[in-house]
Amino acid sequence: MSILNTAAPVAANRGSATWRLTKAEIKLCIREKTGPLWGVGFPLILLVILGNVPALGEPVEANGDLTYFDLYVPVIILFNLAILALTALPTILAGYRENGVLRRMRTTPIGPARVLAAQLVANLAIALVAVVLFLTVARLGFGVRLPQNLAGFAVGWLLAAAALLSIGLLITALAPGRGPATAIGTVLFFPMMFFAGLWVPIAQMPPLLQNISPYTPLGAGMQVFQEASYQGHFPSAQPLLTLAGYAIICSVAAVRWFRW
Amino acid sequence: MPPVIEVRNLHKRYGNNVAVDDVSLTVQEGEIFGILGPNGAGKTTTVECIEGLRVPDRGEIKVLGLDPHRDHAELTRRLGVQLQAGQIQERLEVAEALELYSSFYPNPADWRGLMDGLGLAGKAKTRYAKLSGGQKQRLSIALALVGSPQVAILDELTTGLDPQARRDTWDLIEDVRSRGVTIVLVTHFMEEAERLCDRVALIDAGRVVMVDTPAGLAERARIEQRIQFRPSRQLDDGLLTSLPEVSSVTRRGETVIVSGNSDALNAVTAVLARNQIVAERLRVEQASLEDAFVELTGKRPDATS
Repeated sequence: MSILNTAAPVAANRGSATWRLTKAEIKLCIREKTGPLWGVGFPLILLVILGNVPALGEPVEANGDLTYFDLYVPVIILFNLAILALTALPTILAGYRENGVLRRMRTTPIGPARVLAAQLVANLAIALVAVVLFLTVARLGFGVRLPQNLAGFAVGWLLAAAALLSIGLLITALAPGRGPATAIGTVLFFPMMFFAGLWVPIAQMPPLLQNISPYTPLGAGMQVFQEASYQGHFPSAQPLLTLAGYAIICSVAAVRWFRW
Repeated sequence: MPPVIEVRNLHKRYGNNVAVDDVSLTVQEGEIFGILGPNGAGKTTTVECIEGLRVPDRGEIKVLGLDPHRDHAELTRRLGVQLQAGQIQERLEVAEALELYSSFYPNPADWRGLMDGLGLAGKAKTRYAKLSGGQKQRLSIALALVGSPQVAILDELTTGLDPQARRDTWDLIEDVRSRGVTIVLVTHFMEEAERLCDRVALIDAGRVVMVDTPAGLAERARIEQRIQFRPSRQLDDGLLTSLPEVSSVTRRGETVIVSGNSDALNAVTAVLARNQIVAERLRVEQASLEDAFVELTGKRPDATS
């Protein structure tokens, strides 16, 4: 037998190993189905259904050209980010810890930290595909204008993604196992989506909730998207800083308390 | 030649629970070194310290001249590890896993050859979660070897394998060793240790009881030989009990059972020959490693650890 023969020299430097790992984790995220089904498929269907509700085609203000449906497009984008970051990511990573995948990785040259990074990149990649898909369907299917300030929209999206993924990492760090991680993520998902205006548009919330909303991650995200999409200017500092604050505080806390 | 693995006075506790009290051992290049012991003896903690997964509270460890904790990155390139409870990503397919893990190493082995050698070729497209226990085990062995390691530490090598797969795995390990790979085997299968190991460390309650060859260990446990036969004609027990090498003679039907030290067989056959008695259905039971294990630790080797 010659089973330990060295393979034909492949480019096995660490850069390519990291890239292979990232590709593998993207594939695994897609096989996991939570992200693609609940994070992309479900909001896409929601978008199409809402686009066909005549009442949502009405302008928000008399004679304005902004419709209620227009306001739902950023909600759908945030819905996608929240599912991926709060549910899909913590479930997979807490499962990796529970099943000893991270431990197994620690005995290889690649180490467990890069598995974590690969998962972040994988979810970010799925989210990026999703946001392009949502904007395209909204534009081509229902005539929703693309964000007027594209750069501002992109910066806002990146900060919202960073904030939510950091919260997802913090959930992973603190949850004792896969089950609790999924539970915490799901429980956080609903109130956070509420503040983005999924059920009641922010403008119609009671004043107290309207005041809280901009300080929640999804409320701030909503504000950023509205400013960049429909008011056409670069998002204002306050929601951007709120998102950055969540990203920094939660990722520092996640690093501090993460158990491999 | 400096030893490949050197452990000196290793001590590790979890809270008030002492997992490893005081373990010292050395593993030479190219040998298969077995670590044997009852449940909770500290076998797995010992190898996890050697792998750099745990930091010892006291003591010194060198693997290939490296400190497993400080030089962890370098060690991972040269050490292959099979963990007792280390899984891989559930939805990864067998071939994908081998290809991915082989890409982590500077000079990987041919993963396809490993996959064939471990009988996993038919499962190349099967996801890890769908594999049987034995298939997972074989994949985990393949992953431990996929980096062409200089040293491989295999914890519970053949647990969960059927007898045929176990023998195939033993052949594989002997083949790996013949390529100069040093192997540390944590096991509770005495048969496995007897078949594969050059030397065995018997660990009990966090301490090394004895290090020797499997045969030497059995010998040092001072376990007697048992000789069974059916004499061709009437035999007076006194002929046998008078031999200094024999300690007892019992009968079961027509069968005579003689216990004695390692020279008893020669003495008994000489007496029988002098008296023109033929020993029919002669059977000799050597003291096994399992007997030694029970004798030295007072415990049965259990199925898990």
